Amino acid sequence: MLISPIRITAYTLTNALGSGVDASLHALQSRQSGLRPCNFQDVTLSTWIGRVDGIEEQSLLATLSRFECRNNRLAYLALQADDFCEQINEAVNRYGANRIGVFMGTSTSGIGATEEAYRHRDEDGELSNDFQPTTTHVIYSITDFVRNYLQLKGVALTVSTACSSSAKVFATAQRYLEAGLCDAAIVGGVDTLCLTTLYGFNSLDLVSSDRCKPWDTNRNGINIGEGAGFALLEREQAGGDGARLLGYGESSDAYHMSTPHPQGMGAALAMQQALAQVAISADEVGYINLHGTATPTNDAAEDAAVMQVFGDKTPCSSTKGWTGHTLGAAGVIEAIFTLMALENGLLPCSLNTEQRDEALSANVLLENKQQNITYAMSNSFGFGGNNCSLLFGRDL
Amino acid sequence: MKPVYIEAIGVIGPGLESWQQATAILAGDCEYQASELSALKPNMLKPNERRRTTLTIKLVLQAVQDALASNSYDDLSTVFVSSDGDMDVVDRICQALCLPGRPVSPTFFHNSVHNAPAGYCSIATGFHAASTSLSGLNGSFAVGLLDAAVQAVIEQRPVMLVSYDTPWPDLLSRFKPQRLPFGMALVVKPQVSEQSLAELTLLPGVADEESQMADNELEQLRANTPAACSLPLLEAVAQNRAARLVLPYLVDEQIAVEIQPCN
Repeated sequence: MLISPIRITAYTLTNALGSGVDASLHALQSRQSGLRPCNFQDVTLSTWIGRVDGIEEQSLLATLSRFECRNNRLAYLALQADDFCEQINEAVNRYGANRIGVFMGTSTSGIGATEEAYRHRDEDGELSNDFQPTTTHVIYSITDFVRNYLQLKGVALTVSTACSSSAKVFATAQRYLEAGLCDAAIVGGVDTLCLTTLYGFNSLDLVSSDRCKPWDTNRNGINIGEGAGFALLEREQAGGDGARLLGYGESSDAYHMSTPHPQGMGAALAMQQALAQVAISADEVGYINLHGTATPTNDAAEDAAVMQVFGDKTPCSSTKGWTGHTLGAAGVIEAIFTLMALENGLLPCSLNTEQRDEALSANVLLENKQQNITYAMSNSFGFGGNNCSLLFGRDL
Repeated sequence: MKPVYIEAIGVIGPGLESWQQATAILAGDCEYQASELSALKPNMLKPNERRRTTLTIKLVLQAVQDALASNSYDDLSTVFVSSDGDMDVVDRICQALCLPGRPVSPTFFHNSVHNAPAGYCSIATGFHAASTSLSGLNGSFAVGLLDAAVQAVIEQRPVMLVSYDTPWPDLLSRFKPQRLPFGMALVVKPQVSEQSLAELTLLPGVADEESQMADNELEQLRANTPAACSLPLLEAVAQNRAARLVLPYLVDEQIAVEIQPCN
């Protein structure tokens, strides 16, 4: 099935590397990681995190105070960079607020607000009356907040499929545009550090005490990060010289809740579907941004899938050594890294990877590479065996 | 948007054990009696896997099992939608985070992702197609129905929608005091088939009064449980009649659904 390509007319991101596209681009070029030893709240786990500075000092507009939580504050902070809001306002002028869809991805939304409410119960053990779970904790909160802040009135939803959430919003938006249900779409993803994910991943022995090292012989787990990214998607007729979303593949492992299929069956299916949807061959793809979490089993499964679909020639890398694993925001942040690779010809290396695992065969870059490419893919895989591959392209 | 065609339905809720039983109630052949949800043992999941699940996951699997009882499918894309997901799991994790050492259970943690029911469902059915898990707060049923219809029409393949909600646990219950457990599943296709029950045309962007249930208790269920906002639609299908319904969509917005019987 073919689907019309979509123009990506604006984007922005905020992560451990800083706010805005230039902060990320500069860090990628200069191989500066955003990871630091864990200093989140009173957490005593020995690990590294990708923390965003300035969230604690941020507060929301008084009219939106019901949305106050770390996750929505990060969304607000991220929306201030790269003149993104100005470009949304222009889109509103072109199409009308009721024709702009909002599709946000998140894994844990504002669960930090609930953690805090539980820790600060009153003498009777009851939660504070100030606690507002419906506008902070629940996963629709992020979409609700973005829609209210930008005063948009079109179709909307939150996708929450763990670590593939904000990759899948691109596929959702492409379908809604194709169906004529909106004329433009804001897609994005926001996830923030919280105790649930730090202690939860730790309980599964998936957190590394070292800097994460995707594809390395000594890789032993993830570093949790936080981040936000947004993109404005319009139909081809919008013009401009930005890159395009060409197509996507989505699949299910149907194998295990927290472990990928050992041969990467579902991951390969997603990559193959994306190629088939766009009708290009694997060797036309110039770069793959891997999911590359740096756990032993995840990287091995993804390597098997990449080898099955692409072989060992296609340059690829995991950028989690820069940002940590931003979970529900990883899809959009890494999609934007992929767009930056298309637009700037910078294929980033797998930072922190010192000794490539000899059992793995994909062409994982250990040094940054400057090369103009036409097509690039971004992979995102989540718990529950949920896989999404996005295929982007630039003008020839 | 082009219409889609419903061809299989599953239901589970208090006093609603299956689509077959719900059909008789919704068609007016027997009276609705609200009762406790009966014990759920969805056998589509192996007992060793089922042991690791929660009420919410069992409710979802029961609805899916019911929908797939009459028709079999090699593969289906799936759209799961729930207003708030599994708040029991959230409660257990947040309680653990208050204890010394913060002993979060690995099983609760992997069950805490919004797509946990979808993950178990794919393991049980073996479906490898696309699966998404959504929320649209109180408008979740319409959000899921629209997304399932978009996928069916644009990708030209059958899609199973699963809409579910469960009560919030004790400590949180005052924020959603009337919430009841309800789950439903339906398969939509982009083309009419011999199994088609009804044709659905979705019209987003209307401002109108929400369709309600005439029966007081069913209306209580509908008004307090986002997934049960499907009841007016299920009623029209059960009665095999044409209808124009208005469903809650996003905050203060509605979506209209035109229904035509297929036989």
